[in-house]
Amino acid sequence: MRALILRDIRLGIRAGGGALIGVLFFLTVIAVVPFGVGPDLNLLARIGPAMLWIGALLASLLGLDRLFQADREDGALDILLMQEHPLILTVFAKCLAHWIATGLPLVLAAPLLALFMNVEPLAIGAATLTLAVGTPAITFIGAVGAAVAVSLPRGGLLVSILVLPLTVPVLVFGVSAIYAAVEEPAPFMPPFLILAAITLFFAVLGPLAAAAALRASTD
Amino acid sequence: MSDTSLSIGRIGDLANPTRFLALAGRLLPWLAGLTLLVAVIGLWMSFEAPEDYQQGATIRIMFIHVPSAWLAMMCYTVMAASAIGTLVWRHPLADVSARAAAPIGAAFTVLALVTGSLWGKPMWGTWWVWDARLTSVFVLLLMYLGLIALQRAMDDPTKSARLSAILILVGFINIPIIKFSVDWWNTLHQPASVVRLDGPTIHPSMLYPLLVMAVAFTLLFFTLHLAAMRNEIWRRRVAALRRQVARQAA
Repeated sequence: MRALILRDIRLGIRAGGGALIGVLFFLTVIAVVPFGVGPDLNLLARIGPAMLWIGALLASLLGLDRLFQADREDGALDILLMQEHPLILTVFAKCLAHWIATGLPLVLAAPLLALFMNVEPLAIGAATLTLAVGTPAITFIGAVGAAVAVSLPRGGLLVSILVLPLTVPVLVFGVSAIYAAVEEPAPFMPPFLILAAITLFFAVLGPLAAAAALRASTD
Repeated sequence: MSDTSLSIGRIGDLANPTRFLALAGRLLPWLAGLTLLVAVIGLWMSFEAPEDYQQGATIRIMFIHVPSAWLAMMCYTVMAASAIGTLVWRHPLADVSARAAAPIGAAFTVLALVTGSLWGKPMWGTWWVWDARLTSVFVLLLMYLGLIALQRAMDDPTKSARLSAILILVGFINIPIIKFSVDWWNTLHQPASVVRLDGPTIHPSMLYPLLVMAVAFTLLFFTLHLAAMRNEIWRRRVAALRRQVARQAA
């Protein structure tokens, strides 16, 4: 398990892994927003948390198709499928490694990008916290899409189409938790806890479905 | 294969596509006729129904809108049941059913969204609002389209069957969200008024046409579904024959 996680993280961070491309994409999306809506700082401060979440969502989708594809190309996936270790745990480990390599940099980059968007300090903290809790859910949901599309020659775009509708609840509760932290009457904890629950739920369901899909697509 | 099929009884008998085709051929004209009959009665009742004192004639949109929305959800439920059939019993027709149901479900979802939009313009003053139910139905449409894209992306039907079945089941989480969205979030779309624990809150003069229309739409769904399943089986046979011919020619 640990060897697999370390191997995947190493592969992800090194050149060609595409992990840092995700952060760059996140940066670009955030940089494009002021061009689209205008440099009005008040408006940016209001939509900033939402834009951070959308940018992080898109950036995490970007690398998802590589989750199993690279292993399939060099044959490692067949070895992973054949080992006696439960495939669900293997998939879980791969998701975890993928999140550490691609999701965690997004979370770390979020406070800096929030400054660009003129988001107030409390909301920056809330955004970073919700992203840290919510982005694993995107990876776990995405694992299902990545596993389903692994045998397709050009599955990348299809993964995004299949995964995006399922990530809507993550986005909804992530963003509403940030706004709840800033605006006074709404409590922060309920949406935040629901977000954590979604992550835990998909941490079980995602690897389960992804493992079934991997078995189905290889035999 | 035959052992598992037999153990589930009647549905198992239909595992033979030829037997299914024969049954579908016998049923389809009757089903289509019944659909037409109930739809004509339902439409006549819809136009006989009194106008709403606030909404006027636009209330008649509801007789199309509500059954479409119900069917959009039921169609996904049928697909989820088929997905279980594919994954658990590996029933050969389950995938055909899921594959045939997807475009029909997408069509009903579009119909529900379009009619709702047409009703929303005079009533709410806008074509579209991002309220909980509208948004979740829109997400349902996106899922239908994604599933259709996935089913079409793979040329091997046996492989695409299991993969799309897995995805259908994961996406089934959305159905309860749509059903209860109006109860959980207090939004613009009116709450459920027909299927309630304390009885329907809608007046009988409008309830009966609505129910008849719902029956008509359900019959329409089964007619279309059966026809689409038949087409899908034929399509697969044609593809298999073509492959055979190509192999012989080579």
